[in-house]
Amino acid sequence: MGKTLFDKIWDSHTVNDIEGGPSQIYIDCHYCHEVTSPQAFTGLRNRGLNVFRPNRTFCAPDHNTPTKNQDKPIADPVSANAVATLTKNAEDFGLKLFPLGDKKNGIIHVIGPEHGLTLPGKTIVCGDSHTSTHGAFGAVAFGIGTSEVEMVLATQCILQPKPKTMRINIEGKLNQGVGAKDIALYLISKLTTGGATGYFVEYAGEAVRNLSMEERMTLCNLSIEMGARGGMIAPDETTYEYIKGREYAPKGEEWEKALDYWRSLPSDSDAVFDREITFNAEDIEPMVTFGTNPGMGMGISQKIPAPPADEAAKKSFDKALEYMGFQSGQSLEGVPVDYVFLGSCTNGRTEDFRQFAKYVKGKHKAENVTAWLVPGSWSVIENLKKEGIDVILKEAGFELREPGCSACLAMNEDKVPSGELCVSTSNRNFEGRQGPGARTVLAGPLVAAAAAVNGVISDPRK
Amino acid sequence: MNPTFTTITSSCVPLPMENIDTDQIIPARFLKATDREGFGENLFRDWRYDNEGNPKKDFVLNNPKYSGCILVAGKNFGCGSSREHAAWAIADYGFRVVISSFFADIHKNNELNNFVLPVVVTEGFLQELFASIEKDENTQVKVDLINQTVENLSTGSKESFDINPYKKQCLIDGLDDIGYLLSRKEDIEKFEKENNK
Repeated sequence: MGKTLFDKIWDSHTVNDIEGGPSQIYIDCHYCHEVTSPQAFTGLRNRGLNVFRPNRTFCAPDHNTPTKNQDKPIADPVSANAVATLTKNAEDFGLKLFPLGDKKNGIIHVIGPEHGLTLPGKTIVCGDSHTSTHGAFGAVAFGIGTSEVEMVLATQCILQPKPKTMRINIEGKLNQGVGAKDIALYLISKLTTGGATGYFVEYAGEAVRNLSMEERMTLCNLSIEMGARGGMIAPDETTYEYIKGREYAPKGEEWEKALDYWRSLPSDSDAVFDREITFNAEDIEPMVTFGTNPGMGMGISQKIPAPPADEAAKKSFDKALEYMGFQSGQSLEGVPVDYVFLGSCTNGRTEDFRQFAKYVKGKHKAENVTAWLVPGSWSVIENLKKEGIDVILKEAGFELREPGCSACLAMNEDKVPSGELCVSTSNRNFEGRQGPGARTVLAGPLVAAAAAVNGVISDPRK
Repeated sequence: MNPTFTTITSSCVPLPMENIDTDQIIPARFLKATDREGFGENLFRDWRYDNEGNPKKDFVLNNPKYSGCILVAGKNFGCGSSREHAAWAIADYGFRVVISSFFADIHKNNELNNFVLPVVVTEGFLQELFASIEKDENTQVKVDLINQTVENLSTGSKESFDINPYKKQCLIDGLDDIGYLLSRKEDIEKFEKENNK
């Protein structure tokens, strides 16, 4: 029987299977940010250990970082300490750091691929659930807890139960105005936030093959929001073209060898998945969420559904709508917007800003909207400047900020005030995620652009 | 020293909500600390306290009727972020067991790595347990890790639950994964050599 993409990588990284227990998996690449790593380094110190393979860990502060004046000290002393602790840990243990303010800094899930560190066939972990982003390259990439960060630092391995495999096929062509974020929100709305728990997902089908590398990252990024351990897409020419020439990517003879290996990775034609589902791309329209988890989403032309019949589910559904101030049967089109956030590891890449700029070009930001446009990295900012996108945005009343996770989880000062509504290109609409009491409507960059210009939630196709 | 685990009998704290995410268990603004201590104070922070920091009377952790080291929560507990701070907060607050009909993967691993036992029960058992607790807040539940059973002592309903034998032994003995991995260093070096790592 043939093997899946996932199985090929997992099996070739299994050091040992514990009987009746988890597998011991070798980790090729470990990303590290300041929020989930300090306790792991403390653990190493307490045990008197060094980092086992320091050349396999790459650090960057991103969560606590301000999005203005990064050349000045961080005002919040607790955030400043978190960032300083990562710097010290990287120095003490001899790890590569992309420091705050450095032109190579940005959100770890944006810069890893930019630097050519994320490659097909690798096992990649980070103390961050959106590590699934890197699966876009045909890597096995997933989020881990801090105890596991410590394991990777100490031994370059972790213990993981082998997940089941699921293939999601998106057949046909996407409608105009529909992007990777809409595919993801559509899938999560169909499968629910726990629908892929226990699985590693491979995305396939014509619509997926046609996605650019950055769009693939958006799609894989959101795998965790349906509970999946990770999401991945088989590498192809789009992948290789993106990687070629990047700083850490293989070069010369190594490149040719790598290509041979990468070409062997796609799932065999007779590979069997534990679960396989197919959707039609034509059924997907621009998506918005109406509740307090990413599974509570709908097409922008639709109305908020009736509560579920099941009593326990209804209770949670009602609580979510109460928090959002919405009702069943309501359309979200025309709902006033206070904030718009373009950015995050989900939608903070060059193409996201291109799309946003294309929509707002020649228009102007609505008076009632505060817009935070936060590129995912300095390299994204550089691209935008090169293409003149910064000028288009400025003329439309928008300003680019400095890179970081920002209002996705509001660990810095970019907090949406209580009760205010934010159309956000980030990944989670949980209660209080963007600030205590903040109300989040998740959407793609185009819907965000339409909201920013019209001041109300609106269909960008109109 | 890590805690060890065999059998626990306790009253329960009920949270009959589905999809409780790790942002509710511990909001991101409390993740800035660089140590592992004290996260219990902010467990369910925004459900537990108002914006001025006053306890919200209607939240279960502020209701003196409910106590015990078993948290009972609705389906899909711990979805969202990988933050282990959520498991630290649960453990630090004093919970040793979380019972739900479904757990998110990463959070479940995080609980196990912090010697909190996630017990997966059927939806029927869970709803009956919520009903028992609503009727009598002193409803006792017995969790027996050795025999892998969970029992609602007020109704006598009993189920067995799954846990892989390796993790089970870790909990019984208070051993963590890193100890195991450190004992396998030679295997890891051999693997690296054979695979050109």
